[in-house]
Amino acid sequence: MHSRRKFIKISSLGLGATALVGGMAKWVVGSSSPKNISIGSQSPVFAKKVPTYCEVCFWKCAGWAYVTPDNQIQKIIGNADDPQCNGRLCPRGTGGVGMFSDPDRLKTPLMRVIKNGEQTYREASWDEALDFISNKMKEIAEKHGPESMALFNHGSSGKHFTQLLNAFGSNNVTAPSFAQCRGPRDTGFELTFGESVSSPEVTDIRDTRCMVLIGSHIGENMHNGQVQEMSEAIDKGAVIITVDPRLSTAASKSKYWLPIKPSTDLALLLSWIHVLIYDDIYNKEYVAKYAEGYNELKDHVKDYTPEWAYGITTIKPEQIRQTAREMANASPAVIIHPGRHTTWYGDDVQRSRAIAILNALLGSWGSRGGIFLKEGFKIPEFPHPVYPKPSWSWQDTLNGRYPLAKESITNTIIEASIPEEGKEHQIKGWIVSGTNLIVSIPLKEQLMKAIQSLELLVVVDTMPMEITGYADVVLPECTYLERYDDLRATAHREPTLCLRMPAVEPLYETKPAWWIAKQIGERLGLSAYYNYKNFSEVLDWQLKQVGLSLSEMERVGTKKFARKTPVYIDPNSDYQFKTASGKIHFYSKELEEAGFDPMPKYTAHDQPEEGFYRLIYGRAPMHTFSRTANNRNLVALMPENAVWVNPQVVELWGLKKDQHVWLKNQDGIVSNFSVKVRVTERIRWDSVYIVHGFGHHHKPLTYAFGRGVNDTELISKISVDPIMGGTGMRGNFVTFIKDQPKKEAKS
Amino acid sequence: MRYVMAIDTRKCVGCSDCVVACQTENNVPVGFCRDWVVEVVDGTYPNVSIELRSERCNHCANSPCVRCCPTGASHFEEGGIVLVEHNKCIGCGACIQACPYDARYSHPEGYVDKCTFCIHRVREGKDPACVSVCPTSCMNFGDLDDPNSKIVNVLKNRKFKSLAPEAGTKPQIFYLV
Repeated sequence: MHSRRKFIKISSLGLGATALVGGMAKWVVGSSSPKNISIGSQSPVFAKKVPTYCEVCFWKCAGWAYVTPDNQIQKIIGNADDPQCNGRLCPRGTGGVGMFSDPDRLKTPLMRVIKNGEQTYREASWDEALDFISNKMKEIAEKHGPESMALFNHGSSGKHFTQLLNAFGSNNVTAPSFAQCRGPRDTGFELTFGESVSSPEVTDIRDTRCMVLIGSHIGENMHNGQVQEMSEAIDKGAVIITVDPRLSTAASKSKYWLPIKPSTDLALLLSWIHVLIYDDIYNKEYVAKYAEGYNELKDHVKDYTPEWAYGITTIKPEQIRQTAREMANASPAVIIHPGRHTTWYGDDVQRSRAIAILNALLGSWGSRGGIFLKEGFKIPEFPHPVYPKPSWSWQDTLNGRYPLAKESITNTIIEASIPEEGKEHQIKGWIVSGTNLIVSIPLKEQLMKAIQSLELLVVVDTMPMEITGYADVVLPECTYLERYDDLRATAHREPTLCLRMPAVEPLYETKPAWWIAKQIGERLGLSAYYNYKNFSEVLDWQLKQVGLSLSEMERVGTKKFARKTPVYIDPNSDYQFKTASGKIHFYSKELEEAGFDPMPKYTAHDQPEEGFYRLIYGRAPMHTFSRTANNRNLVALMPENAVWVNPQVVELWGLKKDQHVWLKNQDGIVSNFSVKVRVTERIRWDSVYIVHGFGHHHKPLTYAFGRGVNDTELISKISVDPIMGGTGMRGNFVTFIKDQPKKEAKS
Repeated sequence: MRYVMAIDTRKCVGCSDCVVACQTENNVPVGFCRDWVVEVVDGTYPNVSIELRSERCNHCANSPCVRCCPTGASHFEEGGIVLVEHNKCIGCGACIQACPYDARYSHPEGYVDKCTFCIHRVREGKDPACVSVCPTSCMNFGDLDDPNSKIVNVLKNRKFKSLAPEAGTKPQIFYLV
């Protein structure tokens, strides 16, 4: 049966637990709400407030869940002591309660069975499901070795399954956050400064005098601390320069908006470097003291003049010079923001290198208002036996490619899961935790081939995301509001520790990830790694090692620690960067030795054919990835995405506002669903824009189903970065189809 | 005492956190809202500007809703806060018609509902939920009669406007521009 893993719609099964859903819905419409709340004469009464940190995005803001006397979570408020949020959650954090109250949540374990010759799911007990998984894992280990089990994860739950796989004997653990997101940025900065800008980013936005955003839309990407600090910077009169083919929210708040021709960012960056050097306005003292390779860089950018860049980027030379001067005037309190989602065109490490070099020329790393030095807080690991050493690992799936990949690449793990005669390193089983691979991974064909070949596919999630339809076993996880997880130990301006604990008992038959991992581990004979009954014991032990306790953290939720090291570079000190030579590398020998350009060069990228428009995707502040499209509190703010089209293009095509169109890409792929046209002057005429994360095609997501389009399905061409394996996704072009295309209805 | 709000359009990113915070604070049924965000786009590419505004009941000093309410359910509380007493409201909807800001809605339980400036919080010395949650801190709330308040200081030092001043309602929400 595993060679033909048919997609199963969970909704078609008529699963139970509807009574509980009804109960929740009743609460949601507020029929139990005391009228005095609405009249406003009295504050609502809460039984308790419980510390948590948010799981709607990776920023993980600490907050308090307010629980009513009848054990419902009414609201979540930020923890004022957490520097990531300063007591103010973003809409997704405030609306996180919608994740808990979602009527479509997974409720019981499900197992794939064949009934009347048809594949379907049946409800299973936890024991059955866990026994099945552990037996399969044992079978895979016996036949192929434990390394043949891989984990795809995103979020806090992933840690528990990582430990499980490590104890089992595999370190084939991967996440889309590297090769589909921040990988190029981190690699580019590591090659230049010896370290990355981390997450949350170490950008000193609140004290900056000039910030450059290039393809980064703070305010629409709701990375809370950064949004708060950008607002503070606006108050203080900082100059913001935004480079974007779209008038993003940030662009609308900028002194300079450079409406660049898409795919030409590197040309602009190189010409800025040129101006700083040839107009002699870079930070000479800083460069002389901390950087090496200046002369090579100067030679290298000689011809990258603003006049040269004008023809490529459509940004006027005078504007390039003027913005470069703004940066130089603010130096070193200036940030060329490294961005986050940086997998665009396949030369993304080089573009990130150019950004890093610009920062270095302006002296921003280690300066107030630039990029500060982070400090973290080490939490000892709960004692466990040493993990067995795997005989091979994800590095072996690279097959000599991507020499500078420091983290595993989802796509090579997927590749290794497709059986091939004589393939040495084969993956046979996946655990997928908290990432909807169908929407997060481009190249669907390859993904499907891998999924069809697996001997075991376990999906752990809170929601019936698309990926659950392909699982052999679906395990319903409780939401972050109903569970313990690891402590959030954050390295930033101040080392911070935050606790997440259950605000209420898990609804339905759902269970926390730590419990699921432990149960599987014990069935695999790995009990020695799970020397505790409840995860709270692990947390208490860890906290006691650093002079705290669980009971104290339950009271405060968040604990900040005093720094032991300076937050900026002392100009009188002999600061050593974390590179091999201790200096900032303008010229990268590492890249050269690996066979790549030691300094970034501009290369032209494909442009759309007539009638096609570059597909640009991005974020909306009220949604995270594809995981919030069913959250009733958040969809009220934005129920679906729309395709942004410039009025000139609208006229050319005879489109109308809110008209439904289908999108077809350069490879003839047509979107599953239609999408509304948003006619707006905020987008260039050669591009269209959609917010990522919509167009769900899984009916059990009863709200999200069929609303908007999914950009991932239109991304069939990827440009892989040869340096670290990032999958560039901005080289896809779409056109409009006005009448419903004839095709087989998909579920 | 005169409660007012001053909202900084230069800082607002339109994230709508104010909307969600209001809903969870005040148990507003999902699908309805007491506050909302407006985006106004002006100009042609590439000379385009956007104004983002969080809007709600303006707690007008000259309130058409209070004047037209047949039962007295819509009334003034301390500081000029306009409230609807749900038990007195017959749901006739006259106020919904009268409001130039479209700030009121019919609650599924049969009465008219709208922003209360979170009077239950204000009486405890707290800011309204929307103000307290805003990630950009673009919203200010306070007493315009208190010369030492932050809100007076903000309004003294910044240009501001109000919505539909031609309606003559004397709105108490100001937008910093």
